[in-house]
Amino acid sequence: MTALIFLIFAGIAVFCGVNLVVQTHPIASALSLIGVMGSLAVLYLQLGGEFIAAAQVIVYAGAIMVLFVFVIMLLNAGAETPTFQVSRFVKYLGAILLAFFLGLISFIIQGALPKSEGVLFGTFQGTALDVGRKLFTTYLLPFEVTSVLILIAIVGAIVLARKEV
Amino acid sequence: MNFFILSLIKVALVAFVLLTTLAYLQWIERKVIAHVQLRVGPYRVGPHGLLQPLADVVKLITKEGLIPSHVNKLFYLMAPFVAVTLALISISVIPFGPEIKIGPVTTWMQLTDLRIGILFVIAVSSIGVYGVALGGWASNNKYSLLGGLRSSAQMISYELPLALAVAAPLLLANTLSFREMVNYQSGYWLGFIPRWNLFPEILGFIVFMIAGFAETNRVPFDLPEAENELVAGFHTEYSSMNFAAFFMAEYANMVTVTAVATLLFLGGWQPPFPAPYSDVIPILVFALGGLVALYHGLNPARRMDKFTLPATALVFLGIAAIFGLSLFVAPLKPILMALFWFCGKVLVLLFVFIWVRATLPRFRYDQLMRFAWIGLFPLAMFNLLATSLIVALTTK
Repeated sequence: MTALIFLIFAGIAVFCGVNLVVQTHPIASALSLIGVMGSLAVLYLQLGGEFIAAAQVIVYAGAIMVLFVFVIMLLNAGAETPTFQVSRFVKYLGAILLAFFLGLISFIIQGALPKSEGVLFGTFQGTALDVGRKLFTTYLLPFEVTSVLILIAIVGAIVLARKEV
Repeated sequence: MNFFILSLIKVALVAFVLLTTLAYLQWIERKVIAHVQLRVGPYRVGPHGLLQPLADVVKLITKEGLIPSHVNKLFYLMAPFVAVTLALISISVIPFGPEIKIGPVTTWMQLTDLRIGILFVIAVSSIGVYGVALGGWASNNKYSLLGGLRSSAQMISYELPLALAVAAPLLLANTLSFREMVNYQSGYWLGFIPRWNLFPEILGFIVFMIAGFAETNRVPFDLPEAENELVAGFHTEYSSMNFAAFFMAEYANMVTVTAVATLLFLGGWQPPFPAPYSDVIPILVFALGGLVALYHGLNPARRMDKFTLPATALVFLGIAAIFGLSLFVAPLKPILMALFWFCGKVLVLLFVFIWVRATLPRFRYDQLMRFAWIGLFPLAMFNLLATSLIVALTTK
């Protein structure tokens, strides 16, 4: 059952990821990205990282992507027109080559990986309590550094957006 | 009983009750607004317009679903579907009552309890904006687009104070599950003040409700569908069931916001008085309502009242009798009491939503944004910081 759900959502994630690049319209691409993030959230959930999954949906799908979609709508960006023409022969050849290279890469990666059990479903310590405790003890310095970085970004955005006095 | 069958029964029950409530919420809204404005509201279809929702549903279903020629078809059809699905889905983690026993079956009056239930509701409501934004954009109409844009901007802005206001009671109860949240609020201070989060978190409650109005696109924050500037905003181009889906999503969001406010701040299904007193309150309320209806039925002001009001009185007295009976029938009591207090609190909050709609004018757009960022956001932040300070000082 868990393997089936994993396959379904991994498939959706890959499909949406490919769709994101293939689509010519920015809104369709943005929606595909939301699909990627949603299915990633399900994968996190399967690993046991429930808080991470919720944060993924709230922050990425719910806030950042809304902003993306908002900007696309505000600029009223139209569909992208292809700037170059590709012959049908090249397209087919490209597909075959792509499949070949993907197979090669996955083969190499699999060979290079150490033999281990891999990741198990539901073993990750991912409740809000665990994440919070880790964040404020073990990873306190990276957390604070990230916060300062974000603060700098905010100040920078205000400075750039401010009207000249 | 089989977990699967039990879940199926519960889902069917909740879905039926929720959808009926959504239909009748519109009737209640029209009636309340009508009475605020000294009108009678829907009156023709059935006694006091009680069958009006049914007529509306039939009308909307049988109307032609028009798809304008200039729209982006895929997104145009997807938007109402997204809106209504995401609006209805959050009811699945809302608990209506405690654990109950019906014969051999023991179950919670809740579809499912997530350890991150509160985050789930916030997550779903934060994605819900796509329905409105997409609908506005795909309609390919400048009014719709403006409505969609306003909605996205408004929902991003108001989600911050909403989430900050929700975080404060979470700190107090130290949990993300609705069930434990309500359990934390059981009991009474000094024997008579309920231990609801409302009292220590009154600021958070106010911020939550205001942000909730904005999240559900209700007056005074209904800029996305401001009639006098944008025709009907994001759903201008929609007709038939697509339009009904947007409408349903709005009401479902309202129910979710009020239910979450009830669970987080008003103690969920916990009664406001200690047990022996709170048990008689439903009987008193329904009996009193029935007697008032009976009195007006016996002294009719209009011709129809001779029949409709005694019938209403009969229904009310019947409900009062059932509540009276439940005092003596053990398995019935926890169900009915929990339902009464939970639904009562939700209905009071829904009434406030409608009341505000009938009373307040709409914000101007710059006022709306300034109110969120300069008014609500610091207030919610202050509330969160004060709460965390107190929690840090009182816990070991």
